[in-house]
Parts: sequence; structure tokens; C-alpha cells
Amino acid sequence: MPFARGVLHRVQDQEDERLSELVITLAFVVSVLAMTFRMAVPLIFGTVGEAFAERSGVLNLGIEGMMLMGASVGYLVSYHVGDNWAGVAAAALAGASMGLLMAFLTVTLGAQQHVAGIGTTIVGSGLSFYIFRLGVPLVSGIPPTVTPFPELNIPLLTDIPVLGPVLFHHQALVYVALTTVLISAFIFYRTRFGLIIRAVGENPRAADTAGIDVFRVRYICLILAGALTAIGGSWLSIAQSRFFLPGMTYGRGWICIALVVFGYWSPLRILGGALLFGGIDALQLSLQAVGVEIPYQLFLMLPYVVTILALITVSRRAKAPAALLKPYRREE
Amino acid sequence: MDLPFKVEKRPPAPLWLRVTAPIISVVAALAVCSAFILYAGVNPLYGYYHLFAGALGSTLGLSETFVRFCPLLFCGVAVALAFTAKFWNIGAEGQLYAGGLAATFFGVSFIGAPSALIIPLMFVSGFLGGALWAAIPALLKTKLKVDDVVTTLMGNWIIWYFTSYLLTGPWKNPVTVWPESPAIAPTAEFPILVPGTRIHLGIPVALFCAFIYFLIYARSSWGYELKAIGANPKASNLMGINVTRGLVTVAILSGGIAGLAGVSELGGIHHHMKTDLSFGFGYTGIVIAMLGGLHPIGVTAAAFLMSVISTGSQVMYRVTGVPYPISQVIEGMTLVCLLLGVFFTEYRIRRTRD
Repeated sequence: MPFARGVLHRVQDQEDERLSELVITLAFVVSVLAMTFRMAVPLIFGTVGEAFAERSGVLNLGIEGMMLMGASVGYLVSYHVGDNWAGVAAAALAGASMGLLMAFLTVTLGAQQHVAGIGTTIVGSGLSFYIFRLGVPLVSGIPPTVTPFPELNIPLLTDIPVLGPVLFHHQALVYVALTTVLISAFIFYRTRFGLIIRAVGENPRAADTAGIDVFRVRYICLILAGALTAIGGSWLSIAQSRFFLPGMTYGRGWICIALVVFGYWSPLRILGGALLFGGIDALQLSLQAVGVEIPYQLFLMLPYVVTILALITVSRRAKAPAALLKPYRREE
Repeated sequence: MDLPFKVEKRPPAPLWLRVTAPIISVVAALAVCSAFILYAGVNPLYGYYHLFAGALGSTLGLSETFVRFCPLLFCGVAVALAFTAKFWNIGAEGQLYAGGLAATFFGVSFIGAPSALIIPLMFVSGFLGGALWAAIPALLKTKLKVDDVVTTLMGNWIIWYFTSYLLTGPWKNPVTVWPESPAIAPTAEFPILVPGTRIHLGIPVALFCAFIYFLIYARSSWGYELKAIGANPKASNLMGINVTRGLVTVAILSGGIAGLAGVSELGGIHHHMKTDLSFGFGYTGIVIAMLGGLHPIGVTAAAFLMSVISTGSQVMYRVTGVPYPISQVIEGMTLVCLLLGVFFTEYRIRRTRD
């Protein structure tokens, strides 16, 4: 019965087609989810750093410059030394010095925090570009690339379908980022030092009266913020793009300022927010990569819009550290 | 920290100190940055000579300095005006784009209209575009107590991505592959004031804005009210000043003036709306406002100095090979040194132990 066989074939074909569509969709979803983690890494480092700064009472608008310095220094050291971890360490050191500058301006001098932050960011973006131009030869406008970290293969875990590639097949810094979140959550909520940071950010005068060195705590938090942010920046150049480009953070530092509000200054919520914002980024990049025409700018705009909405609700609940933006002086 | 000295507030600094502090800060910033120039293998004095000679020593250099002066003065005045009332407008950059977009709409669609109609229309619409973009954070601040630093900063990126969306989508120039709008009408292009240069209509308009700011700042009771709001909003409210109205008005003016920077770059230089209409002019505006001590004359001088550094570093790059991003480093370092300078005008350090 040729007729019936023809129908059967067609049904079979349709099922095959549906199956292959399903496989393609699944592969797309898996790659977007895996990419989500990669896109979230700089946001996680930067925002956890920002949480330390803001919890101690300092809004660190130097963050964009710190991230750029991390990206530039990380790339340059990795390129010249040939070791990515040396690059990450140098980036952290550069970020820490930027944090030290920010601390000197806002804590010792008591300068207005946003003005000091913008100054730090301008220095950082200028200097990152400057040392990059001096540090590598440009061949027809394109800098030489570095080899990124190898992706880890964890026995058994990496082989799990779907979950394996999404969670267990990443460069090591992804796991460092996730661990940083857990450690910071532990510091904030389970240690004496975390309590001290929060006390300094909420009521520095009371903390001072209780014998806490407000200045030292804020210095430590800002230096830590700078180092973490710069590590996030070094991920962008070393692991993601494999080279540095001026201004390559593209406002990711500001996204961290947004995220820390969105995550209510708490590391675990920040992780959630970073994955959400990273996911938006991964989705728009993947859709573009497979040729879907989307107004991707509207995706990229979302974090900022969402944050203003979050700020409106936060301001009602007054969750921000009370002493944020206020310089502390003993004798006033 | 127990230190062998104590920081105490000094009586209000005399005028000469308030004037010299920014100048010393600039010199200090140049001194710090000479280390970076040295690192590039160039004698800093040789480098700086070419920087200043390049920006001031030739007709071309000087005219380009004035071309850069235009957006920087607009942004400096915009930020200074806002900061006077402590409306922390970090969003001049975004307001510049908002103004540019609004002016593009008229500049592109009113083909055939005479210059006398279309150019004023671009200025008015650009002002309103920037004003609207600044009014939103001001309303959020006054009505809902949402922090203006973060909202104005976020606004920069929202409007920038919106610009990028328009220029790659609905407003895309069908002729080129770049993200830019079609060219504005030939009649919408600003007249060139000095033949053979790029000095355009926007520059006198910027100076006029600085003059208006001078009248507000130094000659009007409203300027006094703004300073009072900045110094102590609660007390101002008790004195019968309408703080909400003051802040929203100042935001509208500030955003509008920043919007004019966008209009001028569009009509005077680029003639297409672009995603790189501004090279961080809005952020440089913050440096300028602070360096000028928020005073109209100081701001004008600071804007000129920043234009010199920006233009001159291009010349220094061509002559000596010192990478031009040094201008941004000098700019940021100036702000850093200034914060140190301001500290010493407000406080003094006294030894407590021998």
C-alpha cells in the first residue's frame, strides 16, 4: 500500500523534524544558560565589592574605572608574563590601589563621594587606555590575544546532560566568583567583622563610640571593593575577549551600582540579580548570534530601568545603609 | 586611628586661597601626570610644551580648542548650576544625548525650512529634551526621595542605548552602515563664524548660557535661594523657600543646558546624530564645575583649560607619541588633586603631639 506508507513516512518526517527542532532548542537553551554564568562573572565580582563599600557607608562610583584598570592591567601582565593568574593578581593589586585612592579621598579627606568616584573613574578609564597603548604593539588596530583559562572538566559532573555544560564546564574564575559570594555572605552575617562593617555603614558615630575604628574599616572595605572589581575586569579581558579594548567594560561597573540596589546589599540576592542581568545579556547575544533581529539595545537598557524601579521601592522601605554618602568626621 | 596631628575646620577661606587652590591643583595634576609621560619615554616638559603650544599656538589649534570648549562649557555650566542647589546631576552626558535626539527629529524632518526657523527650533527642542530627561530624576528625588546620583547615572545609559536603538533601527541612515541618523537639512547646519575654521554658532550660545548662569548665580535672589537650598534644604523650607520647585526648576535648566551641548555638536560639527556624539563631555562637566568652584567665571575658565588639555594632547600625541588618553588621566587627576586642595581650604592640620 504505497499510499499508506507515504503518509507514515510523512508522519515520521514530521516527528524527526520536531525532534531535531527540540534538540536545537535545547542546545540553544543550554548554551544561553552556560553563557549566563560567564556574563555574570564580572557583575558578581564588581557588585560584591560594591556591597562591601556601600555597607561600610561609601558609594564607590570609581567602580567603572577600577574595572577598566583591572581589565587593562590583567591583560597586559597576562600577555607579557604568559600566566593568566599573574594577570588576575596584578589586576587585583591595581584595583586595590584604586580603592586606596578612593578611600583617601572619601574617608581621610571626606570629599563628596560621587565626585571622588567620578574622578577615580576618569583616572581609571584614561590610565587603562594609556598603559594599554604603551604596553602592546597594535597590528592593524587589533591587539594580540592571550590564551584564556582552560575550561575545567570535573569527573562525572561535567558529563551530566544539560546540567554538566551549564554548571560544571567553566573556567576556574567562575567558581572563584561563586565562592566569593558565599564567603562574603558568611562575612556579612556570621562574623564579627561583618557586624562591624554594617555598624559603620549604619551609624558611624555609635560605632566610633563603641571603639570601632571607622576609618580603618572603610579603608579595608574600599580596598577590597577595588580588588574584587578589578578581578571582575580582568575576566572581561583575559577570559572573555582575550584582549583589552578601551572602554570595554561598557558600563558594567554602573550595572554593579544598579545591582547592589537591586540585590538589597545582600550577597546572595546579588548573585541572583547578577545571574538575571547576565542572563539577559547572554540571551540577546545568543539571539543575535543565530541571526534573530532584535532591538538588543532594549535588552541592555533593562538593568538600568529595573534598577530605577527597584530604587523607588527601596526608598520606601529605606533599606540602604543609613550613613551612605555621608563622610564621617569625629569633631563635627 | 590615633595620629600625632588633628584635623580641624578652619574659618572660611579667604578669596585668594579659594582662587589659587584650583590653580595649584591643576599644576599638581600636571606634575603627577609627568610621571606617566616619562614612562612613555618622553621628557614631560617637552611633552607639555607641545600640548600647550598645539592647543594655543596656532590658528588651527586655537580654533579647535574653541570647538571643544563649546560642549564642555555647556556641560560645565549645566553641572555647576545643578550642584549649586545640590541636585547631584551626574547625568549631563545623558541629557546631552536627549537634547541631540530631540534636535535631530526637527533637523532631519524639516527639510526645506529656512535656517531662521529650523535652528531656533533645534535649540528649543534640544533644551526641552535635556530638560525632560533631567526632570525625571528631580521629580523622583523630590516626590519619592529616590537618590539622584544613581538615577541620573542610570539615565545616561538608558538614553544612550535608546539612541543606539534609534540609530540602528527606526532612525537609521539608509545610505551608510554606521549607526547614525540621516543628515540634518543643509539649512539646519550651524553657520561657521570664522571662515576656514570649525568655529560655529554653538560657541556664542554656550558663552551666553554661562552669562545667564552668572546673572542667576551672582545677581539674582533666585540664585541666593538655590545656594540656600544647597546649604540646608530643611532650613530653606522653613524660611519659606519652595525646595521642591527650586530643585525641579534647577534640574530643568541644568538638563536643558546639557541638551544644548548635544544640539551644538549635532548642528555645528557632526550634522548626523551619532552614538558617539559625546566623548564623555557630561562627565568632564563634573570636573569643570568642581574645578571652577561652581562659580560662573571659574567654570568658564575651567572649561577652557579642559579644552586646551583635550585638544593639546592630540597634538602632543602626533609630535611626541605620548598616547592621547593622557588627557583623560590629567582631567581625572585634576579632580583628585582639587579634592585635596579643597580639603586644605576648609580644614587645617595641627600637631597634637611633639
